[in-house]
Amino acid sequence: MRNLLAAFLVLGAACSAHAQLSIEITGAGAQRIPVAVAPLAGEGALLDGSNATISAIVRADLERSGLFRGLEIPRLVPQPSEASSVNYAEWRSRLADALVLGSVAARPDGRFEVRFRLYDVLKQSALGGVAYTLTRDQVRATAHRISDYVYEKLTGEKGVFSTRIAYVVKRGERYELQVADADGANEQAMLVSGEPIISPAWSPDGRRLAYVSFQNKKPIVYVQDIEVPKQQIVANFKGSNSAPAWSPDGKRLALALTRDGTSQIYLVNPDGSNLQRFTRTSGIDTEPFFSPDGEWIYFTSDRGGSPQIYRMALRGGDAQRVTFEGGYNVSPRVSPDGKSLAYIARNSGRFQVTLLELATRQAQVLTDSDLDESPSFAPNGRQILLATIVAGRGVLTAVSADGRVKQRLTVAAGDVREPAWGPLNQ
Amino acid sequence: MRILCTILIASALAACATTQAPETQPPAGVEDRTPGAARPAPGTQGVPARPVTGVDLSGGKPAAAGADPLRDPANILSRRSVYYDFDKYDIRDEYKPAIEAHAKYLREHSSIKMLIQGNTDERGSREYNIALGQRRSEGVKRMLLLLGAREEQVEAVSLGEEKPKETGHTEEAWTRNRRSDMLYPGEY
Repeated sequence: MRNLLAAFLVLGAACSAHAQLSIEITGAGAQRIPVAVAPLAGEGALLDGSNATISAIVRADLERSGLFRGLEIPRLVPQPSEASSVNYAEWRSRLADALVLGSVAARPDGRFEVRFRLYDVLKQSALGGVAYTLTRDQVRATAHRISDYVYEKLTGEKGVFSTRIAYVVKRGERYELQVADADGANEQAMLVSGEPIISPAWSPDGRRLAYVSFQNKKPIVYVQDIEVPKQQIVANFKGSNSAPAWSPDGKRLALALTRDGTSQIYLVNPDGSNLQRFTRTSGIDTEPFFSPDGEWIYFTSDRGGSPQIYRMALRGGDAQRVTFEGGYNVSPRVSPDGKSLAYIARNSGRFQVTLLELATRQAQVLTDSDLDESPSFAPNGRQILLATIVAGRGVLTAVSADGRVKQRLTVAAGDVREPAWGPLNQ
Repeated sequence: MRILCTILIASALAACATTQAPETQPPAGVEDRTPGAARPAPGTQGVPARPVTGVDLSGGKPAAAGADPLRDPANILSRRSVYYDFDKYDIRDEYKPAIEAHAKYLREHSSIKMLIQGNTDERGSREYNIALGQRRSEGVKRMLLLLGAREEQVEAVSLGEEKPKETGHTEEAWTRNRRSDMLYPGEY
């Protein structure tokens, strides 16, 4: 068997270039901040792989968030830069609330310097700026950093444009665990297999993924470093091994095992050592998820006769039931601020992402689809990425936590599923 | 009955205790694709390149082979599937004769092994469905053991909703996919 397995471990992700996620915005916020991202002076000399300019990438980022409206800007002569004096009246007449000006300059060492400044047009003041030194292959990453800066200055929240997402693509009988930038660019395969792959989960430092692979004909939990193409087995016991979730400090994984009977929740070190049983019931307990303070594990259990969400303190004590409405509530994910819970609820036969505010117990259905799965919060809590079926195909949808802003992420000739949004500061 | 269950659980635990420690995969045939990532420049804020490298497991499948009484449509042993209602794992009476026949077959062929794969329809959570599929396959396994098959002969696993026999998104497809399959070597 091990020889057989070795045969499958053939060369890695050369197959990554062919189809990236494409993103379509299907709903936007009611109040969008009009922002003018002027072409950076000299940016034509520094394009990304798809010939996009930095200003175009920044504008697309901001628009995709659903919170901004990018303004059309005519060709300006002379092209303004962050060093220009700003004609606020002119930008106000273009209806801009905010303005980004900047420049690109080649350095003698072959690298480039990108500078930009952000202005509040209404208050007629500069909000700040940054200079970056970069090589040609860092154009997109730099643009996302600028977007993060603008987003944070204007909304007060962290931007997530520099984060990455993981997801699984199924093409025919082939399964690909992919990692891409949050805008779908730079898709690269972590794992390609003829058997299913599910439940990718980012380590808190963004350097590793835990996931479940059926490559040995049954679910086994692995951890894999993003930069090292080598799988490490975390749990391979009798029965099913699945549902990995990282503790906030990255030192423990919670997972579901059936080694002692029905599915129960266990804790284990990421290298597979120090296994410890966490739940003890005769029913199904699965889908553990740590609260951000690391003190609770939320999970799905059918101990009450139907699958519902419960939580139990790490230091012990009885499980507390969290969901009460409806007969099928699964896949709990606590928001990064710990205040709300996203999960999948069955409503009149439809499976939909629902957001529960934990303090008030107010629940809101966020989608209008029928077969939602696997919700995943953006690390700023603003959006939830989920998998659903549209016209018979698996797609990802990103929905804002107020349900207003929606984007759809698809791949050509394949089903996308099992999204996991990575952490900040990767 | 309770004593028998206790014995079965005890033997299941014993089997766990002898399970080999998990080993890591051999690193054979894995290519390091880390590109020559540029380093951030000193002085100003750098933007790290973020290489991703992967493992490819796609490839050929082992060939299948079959045994006759198990394949003869006139023989009850050719009946391998147990079907369920949504979110249920109890075995309906109509499937019990086939399970009894397989228990007898396993008793009479003590060297033969069986894999039971539990499946669910696509609705709801993939992970909950893994647990539900395991509950379904364990239910069939428990019945086989009560009927005299040995613990070492029968392994119960779950495929959850991952390997649907029918790929449609209809009630009919879902009905066919809520299923446990009893499989012999060469059939999986």
